[in-house]
Parts: sequence; structure tokens; C-alpha cells
Amino acid sequence: MESSLAFSLKLSLKVASVATLLVMLFGTGIAYVLAKKNFPGKEVMDILLTLPLVMPPTVTGYYLIVIFGRNGYIGKIIYDMTGFSLMFTWYAAVLASFVVALPLMIKTTRAAIESVDEKLINASYTLGRSEFETALKVIFPLAGKGIIAGVVLSFARALGEFGATLMLAGNMPGRTDTMPIAIWSLAGGGDWPGANRMVLMLTFMSVIFLYVANRYSRRII
Amino acid sequence: MVLSVTLKKRVKGFELDVAWSMANELTVLFGYSGAGKSMTLQMIAGLMRPDEGTVRCDDEVYFDNAGKIMVPPRKRPFGYVFQDLALFPHMTVRKNIIYGIKGMKRNERRLLTDKIVERFHLKGLAHKLPSEISGGQKQRVALARALARRPKLLLLDEPFSALDNTVRIEMRSLLKEIRHEFNIPVILVTHDLVEAYTLADRMIVYYGGRVAQSGSRIEVFHDPCSEEVARLVDMRNHFGGLDIIHRQFTKAVPSFSGNVM
Repeated sequence: MESSLAFSLKLSLKVASVATLLVMLFGTGIAYVLAKKNFPGKEVMDILLTLPLVMPPTVTGYYLIVIFGRNGYIGKIIYDMTGFSLMFTWYAAVLASFVVALPLMIKTTRAAIESVDEKLINASYTLGRSEFETALKVIFPLAGKGIIAGVVLSFARALGEFGATLMLAGNMPGRTDTMPIAIWSLAGGGDWPGANRMVLMLTFMSVIFLYVANRYSRRII
Repeated sequence: MVLSVTLKKRVKGFELDVAWSMANELTVLFGYSGAGKSMTLQMIAGLMRPDEGTVRCDDEVYFDNAGKIMVPPRKRPFGYVFQDLALFPHMTVRKNIIYGIKGMKRNERRLLTDKIVERFHLKGLAHKLPSEISGGQKQRVALARALARRPKLLLLDEPFSALDNTVRIEMRSLLKEIRHEFNIPVILVTHDLVEAYTLADRMIVYYGGRVAQSGSRIEVFHDPCSEEVARLVDMRNHFGGLDIIHRQFTKAVPSFSGNVM
């Protein structure tokens, strides 16, 4: 079953990479807004986005089915329009990983953005730079360590995503069985040597990522 | 250039209420810390919003609560030097300076930056980070950066307070030179008496959120208009006395010429 290990490894890396890319894009933007803006509903937004961090992933997965399932609020519209459903595809695994990893990115990035000295931001404004330019050239570079730490954490979290992924993408061997799901499946089927290989692989990768994260930021994690 | 401001702002336990104007001169906002000097500067620059008032420079209105005008700081042509300088720690000296220059061709930008770097004696330091240079050098970078975008007015918020005395003296003369070279009006916030005395063309004395006195340096130092101002400018010979014209007991201060006011 060497090829199934390779498949799961590749699928896991693909899912985690795409999810992390999305997390970076949305997470930085959302973290900036939460750190710098005041608007009604900010608290609610913060809580909703943090929920996946504290809820069991199966609950998060359940909500995602309610929203994106074939008969879900958004899923139905997509299905009616295109005949495509996210469920039981690797996209579903990406979505699950994205939602579960997002709060980690937001938390670390927001803290990093808030720690940038207000005076430097004001200095940038008085030097004729817009808010966008200031964010790009002053805030993000100075919050860089925190942002990188957030990215690494998100990647590690996405790589280990199990509960929500299982709810949303299922366990389809050769299609949606990421490493955690394959491990669950192998162990359930009594294939201990196969499970061992994957467990060791996943543990090794997690250690590497945490090491990188620690190197980049000792304070945030 | 004429700058005129009327500013009102209420914050916890403090109320600022000032109105003054200045021309092309070096104006010192002088007073104890907490008198509202820095706040005034921030409102001129647009970093803080007054409750009421106006900020005008020549024909331009930058703030007017009646006309609902609040020009954002980036669109106000004022150079600002912060109390702790606020140099960008991740940019080299040169990048810090070039940061404020916009709307120019690459070549022109480079030439202008070269000129400024040279003028402020920063040539050997251009590729160093702010953390690698001395206090006086940082000071020169901050001034250079604020002037690079050719502002109409330079705002300095106690920029020399953290320096050694010798460097401070050097910076004062540099500031005088720049002011004439660039022909730029300057507002300097300070509570340092010597600094005020050596630099000011004009002094605006703040006391508890109000203007206690405004006038030329000579006027303020030699003819303080009240006991508070006299104390602020370190005049020690104030006496109590009887004001015979108004028939009231008063605290009086002798003017420099020896007459009792």
C-alpha cells in the first residue's frame, strides 16, 4: 500500500497548502480590520471567527454541511446553478481546513499588528502615505514575525485537520483520504504497519513546522 | 505663510481651548508638560480630531468642524518630527528619507535623496538601520525625512529632549540653519527654557490648556504678562503689591526695564 501513503501525503500537502494560502489572504485582511477598525458587530465577528478554535471540529463540520452541503444555504444555490457540490471532494477538505485554521492566523496576526507602535503608523501618514501603503510598507513588515508564525501554525493545523474534514469530505480512499483520515481508516481496519508509517510521517512533519515557527517567533507561540 | 488655529478639545480631566496664528517664523509652544502643546501639534497635523475649531494655512482649510472639513494627515503639507522620532526600524536611513518623497521620477527622487543625505551629513550612514546610529544622527535622519517632501511647515514635538547637552546644542544650530535654508516656518514644542530662549522668534506660552501669553521672545521673557508666565520663564523676582489704579491687591512682576507692571 505504498501508493496510498504517497497519495495521502500528497493530498494532505495539497489541501494544507491551498487552505494556508487562503488563510493568509483572508486572515491578514481580517486581522488588520479587527486590529485597526471599530464598527458595530466587531465583537460578534471576532467571536464567530474564533469559534472553530474552541468547538469540536465535528461541530464546525456540521455547520459547514448546513451551509455548504448539497441542500445547505449556500450549497444549494451553487448546486442549482452549476450542478456542482463541494461535498466529498478535496475542495471540501480545503474548506474544512481553512475554517479551522483561520482563527489561529487571525489571533497571531492581530496581536502582531496591534503591537506595531502607533507613532510609526502616524509617521507614515504624515509622510503622505495612505492607509493601504502604510499597512503594506510599515505595519506588515514590522508584524512579519507574527504573521509568519500564524502561517506556520495554520499550515500545521490544516495538515492535522480531521473532524471537520471527515464530516465534509468523507473518507473516500484515493479521493479525500488525507493523512489523518487515512490513519483513522487504517487503524480501524487493523492495518497497524500502514498506520504506523503515516503516524510517524505526520509526527515528523509537525515537529519540523513547530521548530520553524519557534525559530521565527519565540514570543507569540 | 500664515497658519491660524482655533482648537477646542475636551478629554478626561483636561480641556484645551486655544487660538493663535503665526507667520513665517520659528514659533515655540512653551509650557509645562500636560499643558496641551503636543495635542495642539497633533491636531494641526491631523492626527487628532478637535471637538471644535479650525486649522488654516494660507487659503487652505485643513480642519473646520462647521464646514465638516477634516483633511487626512497624509494630505496636509506639514513635516512632523515625533518626540521619540519614530524612524522606521526596518528601513535604512536612506529608505527612511526616501519614504516621504512621492510623485517624482525615479531619477529625480534619487537625486533629491542624495542631496538631502549630503545636506544632513548622513552620507556614511545611508545604509545603516536606525538601531545602528547614535541619538544625534537619528535626530538628523528624522529632520531630513520630515523635510524631504518639502512641507510648508515643520512641526517638532520636543525632538531634542532625549539628547546629551552637547548634541542638543548642535541640533539647535542645525535647526536654525535649516529654517533659513529651506525658508520654512517651524513650530517647536518644548518645555526647555534654554531651547525656547535660543530658538524662538515668537513664543506662545501654554498654561493649563490655554494660551497664557503670546508674543516675541523678548516680550515674553522680559515682560511676562502674569505670575504663571513669569514662573514659567524662571523670573524669580515677583512681588505682591497694591494696584492703585484698580484698587486691588495683585501679584505683580517687574518688567525687565525695572518698571512694575
